[in-house]
Amino acid sequence: MKKYWREGEPMVWATGAAMALTLMIAATLIIVILVNGLGVFWPKNLTLATLDDGSRVLGEVTQRKLAASGEGMRLQFKIGNRDLYGLDFRWVDEANIVKREEPAAALVLERKEYGNFYGMLISVSGPNLSGTDLPALARLLERVEEEDEKKRKLDKQMAALNREVAKLEQRRQKLAHQGAEKSAQAIADIDRRLEQLRTGFDRIMTDQAEAAAELRDYTATFVAADGREKTLQASEIVRYYPPNAMGVLAKSLVYLDKVKELFVGEPREANTEGGLFPAIFGTVMLIFLMSLFSFPLGVLAAVYLKEYAKDGPLVRIVRIAVNNLAGIPSIVYGIFGLGFFVYGLGSGLDQLLFPERLPTPTFGTGGILWASLTLALLTVPVVIVATEEALGAIPAGIREGSLALGSTKFQTLVRILLPMASPGIMTGLILAMARAAGEVAPLMITGVVKLAPTLPLDGTFPFLHLDRKFMHLGFHIYDIAFQSPNVEAALPMVYVTTLLLVLIVLMMSSLAIYLRNKMKKRYTYGTF
Amino acid sequence: MDQDTRVIPAAEPEVPVIDVKKLNFYYGNSQALYNLNLTFPRRQVTALIGPSGCGKSTFLRCLNRMNDLVDGTSVEGAILLGGTDINGSGMDVIELRRRVGMVFQKSNPFPKSIYENVIYGLRIAGVKDKTALDEAVERSLKGAALWDEVKDRLQESALGMSGGQQQRLCIARAIAVNPEVILMDEPCSALDPKSTARVEELIGELRQDYTIIIVTHNMQQAARVSDHTAFLYEGLLVEHGATKKIFMKPKNKQTEDYITGRFG
Repeated sequence: MKKYWREGEPMVWATGAAMALTLMIAATLIIVILVNGLGVFWPKNLTLATLDDGSRVLGEVTQRKLAASGEGMRLQFKIGNRDLYGLDFRWVDEANIVKREEPAAALVLERKEYGNFYGMLISVSGPNLSGTDLPALARLLERVEEEDEKKRKLDKQMAALNREVAKLEQRRQKLAHQGAEKSAQAIADIDRRLEQLRTGFDRIMTDQAEAAAELRDYTATFVAADGREKTLQASEIVRYYPPNAMGVLAKSLVYLDKVKELFVGEPREANTEGGLFPAIFGTVMLIFLMSLFSFPLGVLAAVYLKEYAKDGPLVRIVRIAVNNLAGIPSIVYGIFGLGFFVYGLGSGLDQLLFPERLPTPTFGTGGILWASLTLALLTVPVVIVATEEALGAIPAGIREGSLALGSTKFQTLVRILLPMASPGIMTGLILAMARAAGEVAPLMITGVVKLAPTLPLDGTFPFLHLDRKFMHLGFHIYDIAFQSPNVEAALPMVYVTTLLLVLIVLMMSSLAIYLRNKMKKRYTYGTF
Repeated sequence: MDQDTRVIPAAEPEVPVIDVKKLNFYYGNSQALYNLNLTFPRRQVTALIGPSGCGKSTFLRCLNRMNDLVDGTSVEGAILLGGTDINGSGMDVIELRRRVGMVFQKSNPFPKSIYENVIYGLRIAGVKDKTALDEAVERSLKGAALWDEVKDRLQESALGMSGGQQQRLCIARAIAVNPEVILMDEPCSALDPKSTARVEELIGELRQDYTIIIVTHNMQQAARVSDHTAFLYEGLLVEHGATKKIFMKPKNKQTEDYITGRFG
């Protein structure tokens, strides 16, 4: 027995168990997210239940729990048709169900408003268009897509016009602010141009109204489970499919189509449906900007601390301070960012560059610039520590060798030391980027919003709009899970967004790890 | 290592390349070198010998101001390179280190290719012309007796070479910048006997073009390789002169005791 302890086997078991436990916790986290998130977009079959009181319920079975009475089970149906029923979900006791079937003709319609519609197709109608079967519905939607093209063109023209008006009005504001007398001529020119634009505006509006009226002629009529009929505008329908009549291949196609929509589409219905593109874009842009600020700042500071500063009490204090910075709660950084960047620097910038717009703030309010700077401050200590460690690991012989050949400290740094330290620096950067993707508290205060009408990077001059607010996946998760009007409907989206966020962070980390391994291979210093 | 067959250009005077006058060196408050006076003749090998801790490495490092890297050191006296005091304002330390190269005890090739290692000194001096660099690589590697072994793998990492090869690479790297003096701090102590022999052979060849100052623990090596020897003991220069004389007829009793191995 003593031998068993002396040989150290219990230690092996203990440490192995700790490792296994850690891995299991991490794996459970990933698996829970995966299982819940991946299944969200898979088209589920529709069940038509006939109850003992004669009524009928059509929908997806989403849960199965103990009945309220305590005896038997009950099923939760997602019945959709919020415009008809007022609610999305309904519990039905299994005891009350007389018949269950999965009719092949049952349709799922994804709509722009009021969520999903579950029912059967009765007829379609439109100019030169009629029919009562699914191919007719397909033709209807094809035609609507063509008409929609026209509408989209008009929308684009309108948007361009709006942009020009906005620009002119801004310029006018600036001139007026500088002194109406000096620029009276210029202001008059602008006013004239604005008049012209307004006539164009009116014309496009009329065209748009015409196009909208034409679109309204395309309709389809459906019947819900309780017999009520509903006529829908064809343009309202985003997607339709009969899940009970679809095989695995067809369902996979719908699945992939919905995944694509997730990545490139815009959110709908208070962020509970639709795509996540603006949030993905905002998150990636935030990470990029944050890295841009924290990386050079951190590396340079570490280089100074390690290579140039004379060792002494001051340097030691600075180092302690840097290490402690990493421990400050992120919300404190958020408040600091709000006070210093947004209200301090931001108002200053506004007064300097955009006085004519005051009191409407441009930089004096939250935006992606201040959010990235705040997060950069948060992650700079990590980069500094990682860089210092990496530089410290380089053998002194290398430094001496370089200096003995007549190089300056700077040349030694740039040509030899920093490349050799790059794997360690990359590690610091990976950690920093993961934090930027995950920290939500400081962002809420410095510029993240629930729904952003525009992206911080787009096609309008000056292309990079650092004053704009943006969307972020981390905040998105919080928002739909806790601020949603319809939490049940939102829950699947929460899992999907979480899965997406984890995937993005994993992808970035993998890229950084790959780069680090490549660098390690090049610069590992081994002697034998 | 037969000195008598070496041809000395008749016109060239035997001007010492480094002249050390009244050198006192301190690590903070503790003195390490006491009033050293010594000259190093041009294009000859001078060995610095003495027991551990006698200050030979410290002295060597004074000659290219590598001790500047250590905090708290101070120098008194003059070290003249070609007439100019290397610690004075008339000498740029970068320029000094190009004229006085160094090979360390533990070889320290950079984690780059063999080619990049050799031309590192030239690159930092601003040489960009590819032909000039290629020429320098060939010349230096030939000069370090390494060319034949590596000429087909110049772009491979220097870290893949054996210890002896790496040390010869460091020598090649040092001679690529065409220094006047090469300082060697126990260059063979980390090498096996075969590599040691090759490096000693190399020193004999290098002597024709460069002045070499070598610190060595190994007296037999000093006797084999050097033309002049200086014996240091506890920071003092006890004796110096032609190697043959020092080893056969030392003037000082301490020298004789050290050489015959009575202490060390």
